[in-house]
Amino acid sequence: MTHHYDITLTVNGERIDGHVEGRKSLVDFLRDDLTLTGSHVGCEHGVCGACTVRVNGEVVRGCLMLAVQCDGAIVETIEGVSDTGEIADLQDAFERRNALQCGFCTPGMLLTAQELLSQTKNGGKVPSRDDIREHISGNYCRCTGYHAIVDAVEAVAVARAGRSS
Amino acid sequence: MKPAPFAYAKARSVEDAVKLLGKHGDGAKLLAGGQSLMATLNMRLSAPSVLIDLNGIAGLDTIAVKDGMVDIGALARHAAVMGSDTIAQHAPLIAMAMPHIAHPAIRNRGTIGGSVAFADPAAELPACFLALNGEAEIAGPGGKRVVGADDFFQGLYETAIGPNDMLTAIRLPAATPDMRYGFAELSRRHGDYAIVGLAASARADGASLKDVRLAYFGVGLTPVRAKAAEAALASGNLDEAVKALATDLDPSDDIQETGAVKKHLAGVLLRRVAAQMSGARA
Amino acid sequence: MKIVSDLPSPLTALDRPNSYIGRAVPRPNLKRLTQGRAQYVSDLVLPRMAHVAYLRSPFAHARIKHIDKSEAEKARGVIAVVTGPELAKVITPWVGVLTHLKGIKSAPQYAMAVDRACWQGEAVCAVVARTRAEAEDACELIQVDYEELTPVTDPETALDASTPVIHPDLGDNLTFERSLDAGEVDKAFAQSDAVVETTFIFGRHTGVTNEPRSIVADWNTGDQRLTVYQGTQAPHMMQNLFAKHLGLEEHQVRVITKDVGGSFGVKVHTYADEMAVVALSKLLKRPIKFVADRLESFVTDIHARDHRVKGKIGINKDGTITAFEIDDLTGIGPYSVYPRTSGIEANQVVNLVGGPYACPNYRARARVVFQNKNVMCQYRAVGHPIATAVTEGLVDLAAAKIGMDPIEVRKKNLYADDAYPVTAASGIKFEKLSHHAATDKLLRMMDYKALRANQAAARANGIHRGIGFASFIEVTNPSAAFYGVGGARISAQDGATVKLDATGAIFCHTGVSEQGQGAEAVIAQCVASSFGVSLDKVRVIMGDTDNTPYGGGTWASRAAGIGGEAAWQAGKALRENVLAAAASILQAKPDDLDINNGVVVDKGTAKERITLSEVARICYFRPDTLPPGFQAELVATRHYVPRNWPFSFTNGIQASYLEVDVDTGFIKLLKHWCVEDCGTVINPQLVDEQIRGGIVQGLGGALFENCLYDERGQMLNGNMADYLVPMAMEMPDMEIGHVVSPTADSELGAKGAGEAGTAGAPACVMNAINDALRPLGATPMTEMPFTPGRVLRALGRV
Repeated sequence: MTHHYDITLTVNGERIDGHVEGRKSLVDFLRDDLTLTGSHVGCEHGVCGACTVRVNGEVVRGCLMLAVQCDGAIVETIEGVSDTGEIADLQDAFERRNALQCGFCTPGMLLTAQELLSQTKNGGKVPSRDDIREHISGNYCRCTGYHAIVDAVEAVAVARAGRSS
Repeated sequence: MKPAPFAYAKARSVEDAVKLLGKHGDGAKLLAGGQSLMATLNMRLSAPSVLIDLNGIAGLDTIAVKDGMVDIGALARHAAVMGSDTIAQHAPLIAMAMPHIAHPAIRNRGTIGGSVAFADPAAELPACFLALNGEAEIAGPGGKRVVGADDFFQGLYETAIGPNDMLTAIRLPAATPDMRYGFAELSRRHGDYAIVGLAASARADGASLKDVRLAYFGVGLTPVRAKAAEAALASGNLDEAVKALATDLDPSDDIQETGAVKKHLAGVLLRRVAAQMSGARA
Repeated sequence: MKIVSDLPSPLTALDRPNSYIGRAVPRPNLKRLTQGRAQYVSDLVLPRMAHVAYLRSPFAHARIKHIDKSEAEKARGVIAVVTGPELAKVITPWVGVLTHLKGIKSAPQYAMAVDRACWQGEAVCAVVARTRAEAEDACELIQVDYEELTPVTDPETALDASTPVIHPDLGDNLTFERSLDAGEVDKAFAQSDAVVETTFIFGRHTGVTNEPRSIVADWNTGDQRLTVYQGTQAPHMMQNLFAKHLGLEEHQVRVITKDVGGSFGVKVHTYADEMAVVALSKLLKRPIKFVADRLESFVTDIHARDHRVKGKIGINKDGTITAFEIDDLTGIGPYSVYPRTSGIEANQVVNLVGGPYACPNYRARARVVFQNKNVMCQYRAVGHPIATAVTEGLVDLAAAKIGMDPIEVRKKNLYADDAYPVTAASGIKFEKLSHHAATDKLLRMMDYKALRANQAAARANGIHRGIGFASFIEVTNPSAAFYGVGGARISAQDGATVKLDATGAIFCHTGVSEQGQGAEAVIAQCVASSFGVSLDKVRVIMGDTDNTPYGGGTWASRAAGIGGEAAWQAGKALRENVLAAAASILQAKPDDLDINNGVVVDKGTAKERITLSEVARICYFRPDTLPPGFQAELVATRHYVPRNWPFSFTNGIQASYLEVDVDTGFIKLLKHWCVEDCGTVINPQLVDEQIRGGIVQGLGGALFENCLYDERGQMLNGNMADYLVPMAMEMPDMEIGHVVSPTADSELGAKGAGEAGTAGAPACVMNAINDALRPLGATPMTEMPFTPGRVLRALGRV
């Protein structure tokens, strides 16, 4: 017995008409059906954060949401925010600071960090290293030991707040 | 692992959800934030025949103070509650607990109703609900009813919510100037389920505390009230209260720690929480 | 030529004009990774590709009496349901032994269990279906009639006569045993002022790569070739093994490795379920994809570190260490893993204990036994965290016993920096280490005196902080002594082929591969520097057995030291070739020319003579204008393998500062330092990040990670919620410093750096905890991970 459903949603600014099995997770839909493979599957139980994407402007675990639930939603992935340039400064900081090694966690890490940074408007309070660590503590990185990631996010926070480090 | 196949139905209203539950029977499960349910489905630990998605039901995510009670709609997301001035002002215990719950992406989806209804014995919100002596508003085929926190938790993942029922809101007594709250938990990593945690409320009466409610989590099949310790604390004897935990709590060994360690940690938490409550209003 | 730099510094007289050695240049592949444009195997889709899911044994040890697959075969989307005996007709079994590990034994292992499952999680039946979900659905319809057998789960009793023998043909459950007795151990202990004995226990760890193991196998009956896309560290090794066990010629197999989502040693082994994938592709004549899900990873990715080591140290009142003795016992699972064996970790423990200390008296025994648990094998810093914790734990306990500062006792006993070369008591050979320089630098970085004052002030306020040290050595740049001499077809040498394209850019094909550590950048830096072009003109090709020189891949910290040297030499060779062509065009002498930033120049004056693109244009399109008899060769290949030393040892020291909450047993890491010496530093940023990442992997083992099993051999915490990996909030900032002692075995002088962090971190956390708790009279803590409960028990609070 299979259960399929028609959905319409916006993914990275494109209108998508999908026909999905009820059980299909959002991240599997993005990866398998839309070939947006920048969102990764690391654990499928909501712990590692590699599948992090944005739904209606908020980061969520792509493995803990069903594709069928996204009917009518606005979904953004790493491919989308890369193309718009929204996180270009953050990506640049990650690259310069070598804040990634294998890169598997990076899309989720960037989107999660961006949510914190988007709260740091010009002249706003720059998050402390502990704030940054706490905010990304649901995103698993086995390679870096996190120090470089915290450095990169901190640098962008300072820059966006309009201050020099 | 991928979930076993299931049908998906979107409830348009509370009545619709209850009707769908009745129609699909035992094989149906309600889907709120999904942050626990989806993980269990992805591990094939459960295989419902139909998921009834509550997320489209309008008006269930409100946070308001009415008649001295803080009314939190079942679909209010953790992130919204965490950012709510109403919660900070009128339900400070919830505000204290919120940063300990998982991580931002989980809090963006997870719901208050889902947490309380799932009743994970190691989770923060069910214990807060118990510590605050809250009320659960439950809709069923016969209409709505209200169940007090002391009668709500019935066993491991078992609550007063029946198979054809849905939790629609929780209500918590709004904080008054004489109320004192305390919250502490010990988890190995930030955002993990606690080894042991304690949510507490009491009424200050001069230098002493009255109506003490101590709700432990991570120590049993449900959140557990430490009633002998509550009485000892109300009589002003902290040492006695810590000692009383030996009879109040009987945590089993689990993969995190032994029952003996949990018991010891429960005593440490009680001293910390008591210090919080004896200080200025939390 | 020696390029000695640990920070960006002015060019030395010996530097090439375009030198990138010692420079923190960004990795060329990073934008692809930050933009979600990487190509991991788990992303790959091929035409006609099907997915496999495995039904895995729920029992640690069980006879498979019957498999009824009839319902599964009828399920939606199912292409085939294949049992172990059916697959054994396609792929032969293997035995994980090496001849230089004398006496090591193991039993034949099949791609899927044939008549018996030997650990919980071993695949017993495969379902190939259109989608992974459908394959999993069908797995639930397979009926297996198991007869549960007694599992062997306790290494301590594995050799008892009353314990069942897992593989009766082997006679007992002993996989491997090694003994060593150097100097006069008994006499030394007898004459020591003090002797300390204790037992160290290490948790079972697993790598938890963020991308689980992934493989797509594509047997093309038209080409009679197998193409395997695999997240592996050793493409040529896998090419050999796939061919060998499928009955193919090696040239019929191509292994392609693009982006890999973390390896750490997990992805350098033969996994039965991956061997089954290539066999299924051959059987079903179509591409088959397998991506382990996280639950499978925990019970099938290699585990490591599950050791119990009894240790003993002798010391005199003046701080002289007189002897070390250890007895190591480890349980590895039901099979020795192929082809590297599961004996290496214990072998390394024997080799490395006592390593940095000038103590001639050393006795060791290591026993490796079979168990009905998931297999154990080489994982980042193989054996090092164990050996370092045992050595450094004993040194600290001995120092405490005679009332000496832990730093003083180290300084007293570490080999003097001018003592090298040295052969240690275990027989390992050190070319050049720098323990004293590293220790002095570390003490300056951490301001040891001020930190001790801070510790004392905190203690006066009831806050218990501890400072711990761990001197360490690390095996890198392995020669054939590691595997080749034992009969494994794992290349110790590596090669690089460098070519000039028609526009003056450089392509470098290398046998080492990228798992995120930055090998691609390091190779590019070496080639750009030795040839003479800017970094953006170098493209590195790796991870493709059809298109790269035969090589060993990336493991044992060899990519930079061995692959980098091959690339450096290849770049030099191509420079000679290009200068020969330029000289013939310019009617100059090659020796009078050089290449500087993409332009052929006069050596000495740097006067520009001809661009590389012009040389390339003439050589490729107008060779008729070159002098008769001259043939330009614009490709060069060089290979490299260390010959003078079996391994290039690196060294260093780490320190940890932490705080113990004595009421709760919780440990807060405040800061971590590491000074290490990996010889020439090619890219300081990449080295520092290898060290940092490695440290955190070690901290995970010290504080969190442990594969828990019950007495029935069931893994109890095989998911990411219950197996605790380090997350950002609990990890400290880490300060890294360097001392530079280049190896003379290569021109570049680079040693490996990938594992030093992991080697030392657990030991120094252990020592810091004991430093914090010693004044409270706590029992010294020697069992990892250091959980709150264990801390509380050491303090006598529970």
